[in-house]
Amino acid sequence: MTTTAVRKDGPAAVTPTPTVGGHFRNYLSRVRGGDVGALPAVLGLIVLCTVFAIMRPSSFLSAGNFANLFTQGAAVTLIAMGLVFVLLLGEIDLSAGFASGVCAAVLANVVTVLGYPWWVAVLAAVATGVVIGTTLGMLVAKIGIPSFVVTLAGFLAFQGVVLLLVKEGTNIAVRDEVLIAIANRNLAPLLGWSLTALAVIGYAAVQLLRHRNRVARGLITDPLAVVALRIGGLAVILGTAVYVLNLERSRNVLIVSLKGVPIVVPIIAVLLVIWTFVLQRTSYGRHIYAVGGNREAARRAGIGVDRIRISVFVICSSMAAIGGIVAASRANSVDPNTGGSNVLLYAVGAAVIGGTSLFGGKGRVLDAVLGGAVVAVIENGMGLMGYSAGVKYVVTGVVLLLAASVDALSRRRAAATGTR
Amino acid sequence: MSATPLLELRGIDKSFGPVQVLRDVALTVHPGEVTALVGDNGAGKSTLVKCISGIHPTDAGEFLFNGEPVHIGSPRDAATLGIEVVYQDLALCDNLDIVQNMFLGREKRSGIVLDEPTMEQLAAETLAGLSIRTVTSLRQHVSSLSGGQRQTVAIAKAVLWNSKLVILDEPTAALGVAQTAQVLELVRRLADNGLAVVLISHNMNDVFAVSDRIAALYLGQMVAQVKTTDITHAQVVELITAGRSGGLGLATDPGSNGDGPQAADSISGGVR
Repeated sequence: MTTTAVRKDGPAAVTPTPTVGGHFRNYLSRVRGGDVGALPAVLGLIVLCTVFAIMRPSSFLSAGNFANLFTQGAAVTLIAMGLVFVLLLGEIDLSAGFASGVCAAVLANVVTVLGYPWWVAVLAAVATGVVIGTTLGMLVAKIGIPSFVVTLAGFLAFQGVVLLLVKEGTNIAVRDEVLIAIANRNLAPLLGWSLTALAVIGYAAVQLLRHRNRVARGLITDPLAVVALRIGGLAVILGTAVYVLNLERSRNVLIVSLKGVPIVVPIIAVLLVIWTFVLQRTSYGRHIYAVGGNREAARRAGIGVDRIRISVFVICSSMAAIGGIVAASRANSVDPNTGGSNVLLYAVGAAVIGGTSLFGGKGRVLDAVLGGAVVAVIENGMGLMGYSAGVKYVVTGVVLLLAASVDALSRRRAAATGTR
Repeated sequence: MSATPLLELRGIDKSFGPVQVLRDVALTVHPGEVTALVGDNGAGKSTLVKCISGIHPTDAGEFLFNGEPVHIGSPRDAATLGIEVVYQDLALCDNLDIVQNMFLGREKRSGIVLDEPTMEQLAAETLAGLSIRTVTSLRQHVSSLSGGQRQTVAIAKAVLWNSKLVILDEPTAALGVAQTAQVLELVRRLADNGLAVVLISHNMNDVFAVSDRIAALYLGQMVAQVKTTDITHAQVVELITAGRSGGLGLATDPGSNGDGPQAADSISGGVR
């Protein structure tokens, strides 16, 4: 990758026309150089699924269990998506778990105790997230307390706030139909297929337009075959998933029919697209990477560093609020432990396993989704194999450690080869 | 040598508390020329640069830009005038690619979306204009570049904005022989393209290789500003270490700094 060979002719920075083979060789050399990206998460996912499929072929591979994976992992994945923003700056938010609990408790109070419609409750929950995030961000950016300490304090305090909001240990039921549907109902099969088609067509349109635009301007582009492969890959993955989710998974069809894509899936997908757009295609996103990569350089470039630092905490806590809403929906209630116990560590784990660096400057929102899938598969598969909660915690802890080691080692390797 | 200097400083004073770092400093910088700013550690080179780039306010003195008096109160003012500084520690983000770094903080957009193709084209044109052919791809991360390539990107970043004056703070300090030659060649090319260049360096070989004029600072005073062709290597070293060399430099005993006549204090039109 690093060459200082002087080119004899032509303008600066011309590489030979990329070929499909060259594209893959490039990718391989990047991986060897330590830029592993989401590869460990994808490989881990394949290994875990194979192991569980061999050990528990009937239960793990069933359509019902596949659908379960999504609803089980949804809350953690959503919180992890927000955490990616904070991790990109090299900061941490330990309070995201209980922040989601606080927001869920606000939701339950507004909808059940006060009797407002569901959308008021959702707005109140997200607004609570925004307030929490602003407060945390101000303390970190303006006063200068390390985020670890601020959010550790938040972790303890929010635990107390949840207890206070649910009146010391009772739980508040959530009975609103719309709210319950989020994590417990499915899209009609036909709607699932139409949304899939829409997603694939939209992705193809964006990719092809970009390709054409770059070719028209004479810029270096990925070969068309690679673009087609990407579109095809997305179509196959989405198509297979939707096909399986649209299978009948009710044990007794005569009593109730159970099929279709769980409603949380499109919610996660839309948020994934929105946040990916923000990070990759807007100057705000670019500035987040810049501040995470070299804060001083960002400051000298005229970027409002404090503003960026506060805003990522706002995004993180707002996503935690959405995670809390999904958790409340799935449990049909909010209790003092909503967003507690392992939720936060699973979320941090998901982001890191997916390939987001704990050192800042590197990561994507997609990482959180891939990592969330790994965490959900471990939780689900270990449960099916009848292991106790103790074993599950230990295994998840080991996987998180493994992911963090991959992160640290790939950084060292990158530093050695100069290709971070 | 052109008629009007691009930047002219007169009687610049700067103190940090009780420590007077710059006293009555004058400097002229001409377009199309490389002016080397030399001086020992603590002579005030970096402070002078920070005053020019608007990071530090000056206590007294005048700035003339293209013959017009100007006020530089912030880095933004300096950037508006077309003054760009390439810092010693580069100020590039390792995790971003070359195009992203060159446009950092001043991204081109169409609507709210980043206009990547335009930025990539402009970056390629700028690099081509400087005859930089050492980078293979504009989309490689800066972390994968060598020290010389990074310096090249940092300089290209400064040139991208139609700048008129580029100040380089020890651009070759951390580079090997071949890379130093590469960067110096680029520095020369900037001046040949009509820009005014101020080069801060400790390395006499670099200074004599590219500069048209040499300005020597000694304990916060500008002791000489001469054409490179009129001075020898040894004389510059004497100016840097003792503040005088033959007929050049301080007239009186340079050791007793602090009690010489402080004409700068009475200069009118102070910048504050």
